[in-house]
Amino acid sequence: MVWGARVLKALASGFSHIGRSVVEGTWRLGYASRFLALVLLRSGLSFGRFSLVVRKVYFSGVQSLIIILVSGLFVGMVLGLQGYETLVRYGSAEALGTLVALSLVRELGPVVAALLFASRAGSAITAEIGLMKATEQLSAMEVMAVDPIARVVGPHFWGAVISMPLLAAMFSAIGVFGGYLIGVVLIGVDDGAFWSQMQAAVDFRHDVMNGIIKSAVFGFAVAAIATFEGYDAPPTAEGVSGATTRTVVTSALAILALDFVLTSFMFTGQ
Amino acid sequence: MAADTLVDIRNLEFAYGARQILTGISMTMKRGQVVAIMGGSGCGKTTLLKLISGTLRPSSGEVVVNGEAVHLMDTDGLARHRRKLGVLFQFGALFTDLSVFDNVAFPLREHTDLPEELIRDLVLLKLHSVGLRGAHALMPHQLSGGMARRVALARSIALDPALVLFDEPFTGLDPISLTVTGNLIRRLTDTLGMTSVVVTHDVAESLKIVDEVYFITDGRIAAHGTPAEVRDTRDAFVHQFIYGEEDGPMRFHFPGGSMDADFGLGGARA
Repeated sequence: MVWGARVLKALASGFSHIGRSVVEGTWRLGYASRFLALVLLRSGLSFGRFSLVVRKVYFSGVQSLIIILVSGLFVGMVLGLQGYETLVRYGSAEALGTLVALSLVRELGPVVAALLFASRAGSAITAEIGLMKATEQLSAMEVMAVDPIARVVGPHFWGAVISMPLLAAMFSAIGVFGGYLIGVVLIGVDDGAFWSQMQAAVDFRHDVMNGIIKSAVFGFAVAAIATFEGYDAPPTAEGVSGATTRTVVTSALAILALDFVLTSFMFTGQ
Repeated sequence: MAADTLVDIRNLEFAYGARQILTGISMTMKRGQVVAIMGGSGCGKTTLLKLISGTLRPSSGEVVVNGEAVHLMDTDGLARHRRKLGVLFQFGALFTDLSVFDNVAFPLREHTDLPEELIRDLVLLKLHSVGLRGAHALMPHQLSGGMARRVALARSIALDPALVLFDEPFTGLDPISLTVTGNLIRRLTDTLGMTSVVVTHDVAESLKIVDEVYFITDGRIAAHGTPAEVRDTRDAFVHQFIYGEEDGPMRFHFPGGSMDADFGLGGARA
């Protein structure tokens, strides 16, 4: 009898916990959607202060260049090595350029650049907005009749959205160069075959444009997550650190899930 | 409402959900006055400032500033109201990415179309009035706590507001900075003809500079009068607060269960 009561109590507690989590999650999702709608609605005001958007492109984009370029080079070099090892077994080593370029432009460029961008710039955006909130800078703006969404969040958001496709393009370009260094310069694959096969196989609309669309979608997702987490962060040291962690984790999951969805629409059944 | 009344609060009630914060608050603040609002931590002083600035809306009652009902204002009305309002936050809330000069210039650049040369002169004048003209090129992290508070004060009076709200302006200041800040509030109120509302715990400093004091306890006005009147008060709470007595209506122990229940004395256990 006592055991039965305990089991029932544990079950009730479990269900109530799940219910509370679902209600809280739904509430937070609704709040995040309203926040995003507000950022988009006030984008005109943000772009009205264009110098601020440019400054945030520098903050998110230019300051992420080193990590993006170095990572892109190494990813391209690894692709060159692994690709050659596989292709040479089938006597198709000259298709190395195609393999490296398609892998980078379609998948690795947008995805890896977005993951790095979320870690480097996304976390910095969350920390900056969260700390501005914790030190009452956002409240100060509000009582000065200056909208913090238009003045602080909007420029950060659009700075990230603009930066992401540019960084992904640079990641892919330097990656192709890394593959060239390993494949052509180091291993000795034919220079002409490397470039001509790449040119013949990579289609601008189908491959390059879809890669750009992917990176723009990832940029939008990272920007939305990073700005929301910063704006919603509890105004404490622990709150800001938690929000920064959530930005990186949620962005990574969103990027990978969105990549699957986008790939299934863009590159299958053709 | 009398012609010399700037702020008129009538029967104000405010609750955070089920938790009642303010009950039946009525107060008037005349033009050119420095008014202190005092009370223990969590008694609702800062909430009262937020109600005056329109950041929060009351559950019932009226907040009238300069003849306009703040509690009924829409977004545009609030923006207009806040342009005529200065707020000094507890730790200054300076924008950490802007220099001292740019912090003070911020409201001028956001709300006026003044040419940059005029903004420069106005900013230097405001900084001169708080004794920090020479610090205009410094960044907020290079300022002491007292200097940061003075820069924030210069920023809050940048648009020559009719009303300035000070949230704990004396917290964490050394004795010299404390006197300087107190005297500045008095002097600027007199010279600029504004009204200052100071929320504070600092009895000694504030009673030297204010015209009237309101004491709030448990969300209600416990006493009201000139500094001389409140010093002679017979109200037990106000007496305890002014003279910093340990024994009085404000208890050392937070209300809780009985000792017997908490420590399991006499077979009882919570």
